[in-house]
Amino acid sequence: MSTSRHWKRPPFIKNPTLRWGLMVCVVIYLALAFGTMEINWTRTSEGIDRGKKFLGAFFPPDFTSRWESIYEGIVESLWMTVTSTVVGIALSIPVGLGAARNLSIKPVYYFCRGVLAVSRTFPEIILAIFFVKLFGFGPFAGFLALSIGTIGFYGKLLAEDIEDMDPVQAEAVKATGAGWLQWLNYAVQPQVMPRMIGLGMYRLDINFRESAVVGIVGGGGIGATLLTSFDRYEFDSAAAILLIIIGIVMLVEYSSGYIRQWVQ
Amino acid sequence: MMTSLHGSKREWQRRATGKQLMIWAGWLIGVAIFVYCWRLISDKTIWMFVEDAPRQAADLAERMVPPKWSYMEQLWQPVWDTLNIATLGTAMAIIIAVPIAFCAARNTTPSRVFVRPIALFIIVSSRSINSLIWALMLVTIIGPGVLAGVIAIGLRSVGFCAKLLYEAIEEIDPAQVEAITATGASGAQKLTYGIVPQILPAFAGISVFRWDINIRESTVLGLVGAGGIGLQLDASISTLAWTQVSLILLVILATVILSEWVSARIRHAII
Repeated sequence: MSTSRHWKRPPFIKNPTLRWGLMVCVVIYLALAFGTMEINWTRTSEGIDRGKKFLGAFFPPDFTSRWESIYEGIVESLWMTVTSTVVGIALSIPVGLGAARNLSIKPVYYFCRGVLAVSRTFPEIILAIFFVKLFGFGPFAGFLALSIGTIGFYGKLLAEDIEDMDPVQAEAVKATGAGWLQWLNYAVQPQVMPRMIGLGMYRLDINFRESAVVGIVGGGGIGATLLTSFDRYEFDSAAAILLIIIGIVMLVEYSSGYIRQWVQ
Repeated sequence: MMTSLHGSKREWQRRATGKQLMIWAGWLIGVAIFVYCWRLISDKTIWMFVEDAPRQAADLAERMVPPKWSYMEQLWQPVWDTLNIATLGTAMAIIIAVPIAFCAARNTTPSRVFVRPIALFIIVSSRSINSLIWALMLVTIIGPGVLAGVIAIGLRSVGFCAKLLYEAIEEIDPAQVEAITATGASGAQKLTYGIVPQILPAFAGISVFRWDINIRESTVLGLVGAGGIGLQLDASISTLAWTQVSLILLVILATVILSEWVSARIRHAII
């Protein structure tokens, strides 16, 4: 035994071929990625100046000079958030019930899963582009886009939650001779409710954040105001809008934590 | 479990009367808020356009089929760019998120009073601003292109990765760290031998999960000029080239489904 034997930490990936293979792949990928990216470094370095100006705009942000349009945009975003969350969750309940394997029959199950998959795939902003084309500019298009996004998110989680519920309780209620609706109301709903309220609050938070961007494509809300202020290089107004968004998101996050504690 | 008197008959009731009334009041307030918000939106909507929408939709659908398959040749580069934006953005986010997560976790933060609130604020602000808004900012600052997209995705993902990571750090088993400390290990050694091995699987899972989300988000960054397939989507929509639009949507669909499958497989292998 030589004295130079040292203990070594076992590697994360045990198979050495796989480990080294992965590393080589990563290096090749990075080389390829950076090789094919077209980056205009002179334009980027010019931007540093503008970046400093932008950061400077946060001290202090300008809430006053565009206050009217900021206020209008924020309020519109809030309406859209509330209505789309309510409508989205209301619509996602039947879809979610249909997409739970232990509740529904095969054809309904496949249909509802299909609905969920389609509404989850496309980002809200792409949906918003099409709804603006179909329904005209304004918050209605954004509201529809956010509602459909909510259906995909909430319906899927509801279905998974129902599939995971305790079947014993459900059977006990059924044994009392309860009808299907009674069974749903007294056996299924109490089991999934606390988690679903928490998720509803989380979705409210997501919808507010998303409502800030659907305006970029004309779907109403604060996004349009933000886009205009960037286009005019009014960084201090943009900073004000961003701070308001961060503030509201923090508020929703804290209150949702409070409500979740209260429900459970 | 409560009972109430109905005439002479006692009936089972799920909740106490007071609680039941409170729930009804809650519903009433909720419905009132909803109706109020809905009225405001409906005032701003031109219902004539909405009534016209089914016809418009049929018209649009007719123009979108069949997809212009030959356009695919021009789409490979944007798809590659989109993948790069998502992957490099995720990599950048992870590099930034790791130190922030260690500063934000209660058991590893250097100072609970000064450093932890700052780290938490960074996490919240990164999470509350959508990647599209980050991209909008970066396009005005460093100009349009893939780089703006990478940085936008990176900055947006920092909050997400750091939040999940610091929660994982707070949930580690303290006994292992204590055992390492008992051998006389220094702070850095405690970190590498006591904490890191415990959070590595969670860390890998978080990265792959975020990568999957980022693929979805990077498909739309082009709408504000930050590179990727969104640029082509925007250009095709503004030139009313609907057969190209439908092909792009199909490509996005395929990319998203593929990335979801890959990430599910990798996470399954890790956990």
